[in-house]
Amino acid sequence: MSQYRVLPGPEHFLPPAAASMGIRLPNPGEAHINGVIVSEEKAYEEAAKQFLMAKVPTLFPGPLVLWAWNEKAAKKATAIRHLYNTLKECVQPGQKPMLIPMPDYRPKYPKINPEVEINPNHPNLTIWHNKIDCCMFIGVHCHQANLSLKIIRGGTSCYTIAMCAQAGHEDAMLSFRDASVEKIMTLADWVRKLKGTVQPRLTSAKSGASN
Amino acid sequence: MADNKSLIGTKNKKGQTFTDTWTMMNDAPRTPSFYTGSEVIKEALRRASCDVMIAYPITPQSEAAALIGELFAEGYIGDYFRGESEFAVMSQCAGAAFGGARVFTTTAGPGTMRAMENFPMWSGARLPIQMIVTCRGINSPLSIQPDTLEIAYLLNTGMLVWHAETAQDFFDWILKGYMVSEEPDVHLPLALCCDGFFVTHTKDVVNLTPADMCLPPYDPYRSPVPCMDMECPPVRMMRDPFVMKSNYISYATHASWQQEIWAAVERSRKHTIKWINGLIDTENIDADIMIVASGTAVSQGREAIRLLEDEGIRCGLVKVKSLRPWPEEEIREATKNAKHIFVPEFNVTGWLAKEIKATVPNHHRVHAGPRVCGGMTMPPEIIVQEIKTVLGMKTVSLAGRGS
Repeated sequence: MSQYRVLPGPEHFLPPAAASMGIRLPNPGEAHINGVIVSEEKAYEEAAKQFLMAKVPTLFPGPLVLWAWNEKAAKKATAIRHLYNTLKECVQPGQKPMLIPMPDYRPKYPKINPEVEINPNHPNLTIWHNKIDCCMFIGVHCHQANLSLKIIRGGTSCYTIAMCAQAGHEDAMLSFRDASVEKIMTLADWVRKLKGTVQPRLTSAKSGASN
Repeated sequence: MADNKSLIGTKNKKGQTFTDTWTMMNDAPRTPSFYTGSEVIKEALRRASCDVMIAYPITPQSEAAALIGELFAEGYIGDYFRGESEFAVMSQCAGAAFGGARVFTTTAGPGTMRAMENFPMWSGARLPIQMIVTCRGINSPLSIQPDTLEIAYLLNTGMLVWHAETAQDFFDWILKGYMVSEEPDVHLPLALCCDGFFVTHTKDVVNLTPADMCLPPYDPYRSPVPCMDMECPPVRMMRDPFVMKSNYISYATHASWQQEIWAAVERSRKHTIKWINGLIDTENIDADIMIVASGTAVSQGREAIRLLEDEGIRCGLVKVKSLRPWPEEEIREATKNAKHIFVPEFNVTGWLAKEIKATVPNHHRVHAGPRVCGGMTMPPEIIVQEIKTVLGMKTVSLAGRGS
């Protein structure tokens, strides 16, 4: 097994792809935390803890769930909104959950508005601007998600979670696979279950900014 | 839209049943058939639920390309046409794949070289196109004869690269190749190579799956990039590319993009192992002497081993099936006992030996040869001679053959 671990950065001027460091994707029914294969149950608990610890826990929904291009996408969008509302209900004063879309994958020039969107080509700008210290990608095409996750790991200290509808993401610190409405709702249930049991990082120096 | 799993058990317009690929390849009855490699390509395509095949004539793949035209006439291929050149063909393949089609093409030698710009583009755009490469000479003066030099150029394109030894490999791997290529965590093109003429133009007994079974269709909705959207990369990068912006963010994005392609090659490892039963095959790995080869050099190596056994010399074999992903750990493990590793090749540069040398510890054990090129055959006797020479045994020179 690889000794490499997928941890919050800033990792490197150009961090490696976790797959090239020997990190393998989970099989169906599994997830990974820091590149180590775990049960989905353990991943739900850890993801909920990370959200509840964060100063700015943020959901990044992508194009696959932002538009109702099929019934499943519409239901997922509703579930994501439920997760966001659950986060808002469960955090403590001083914590600021956010929901920032990744509407498309075009590089944004001359300048992205980091308060309203995130872009896979320069996701660090949105992370830095909003001081996001924990985020979850959902409904982002896998290639674009990996692009973003590596750049975030390279230049920020943000904890990254992927709720992937396909095979998962090694470049996230925690990744689910085969995302479904049920899995999103289960994660929301875990957030509610752990409400009040997790100490937020409000006074910690740890933040999304690397400089 | 229906996903491809829900179509299993239903019939296509030719009356073939969409069949679970694992069942079709591993459990369905096989019929022994006596076919050329080119005919085998046609028979595999008959069962591949291929949407688009684009052809261009170049020896030795022309026959296969023409035979697939017959399949189109019979209604087994969604669309089929001849491009204006190999470069055009590969660009048109990209267009079809961008549009969500399962795409197939064949090329060889100078055609591969002419089209080369497209291959990293295919990988970068995550297009799971399958390209058969029936290897032949590429240099001037013109040669249409077997020579595997062009494979060396494909190894760093980001494509998956497999090297078939036999027509049976070819039949199975064409169908299985799509299963690996189209996994959403892989989603890369596959260059399925063979040694031209030796495989394409010789007949062999090949066990075929039932003709009334076919692969489930490609599901482009599992792609890791949008199927086609002119506002989004990869398509939009043609007119609004981040690579054209000169700043750190643009460079970092492109770097991350390149890394993602090679990460996908890595991810293909577990799928390739599952579908083609390992990246390598081995025999006698406890032997002091190992032959490591790919393509038809494996067959010649196998015969050399038999000749050596007659003289009481025990020799093992590693058949390298997948060149990308590269079986680094497997080759290290299979050759750990070897005092001598011989790498017979059908090309002048010895690209496989270089890969092996970069892989195994104590690479002075690797003997880069024997090599032939330009269409020469490789008699097993020259492999025997190479091995015996290194072992300090007396051999008879084969240089006078034909005199």
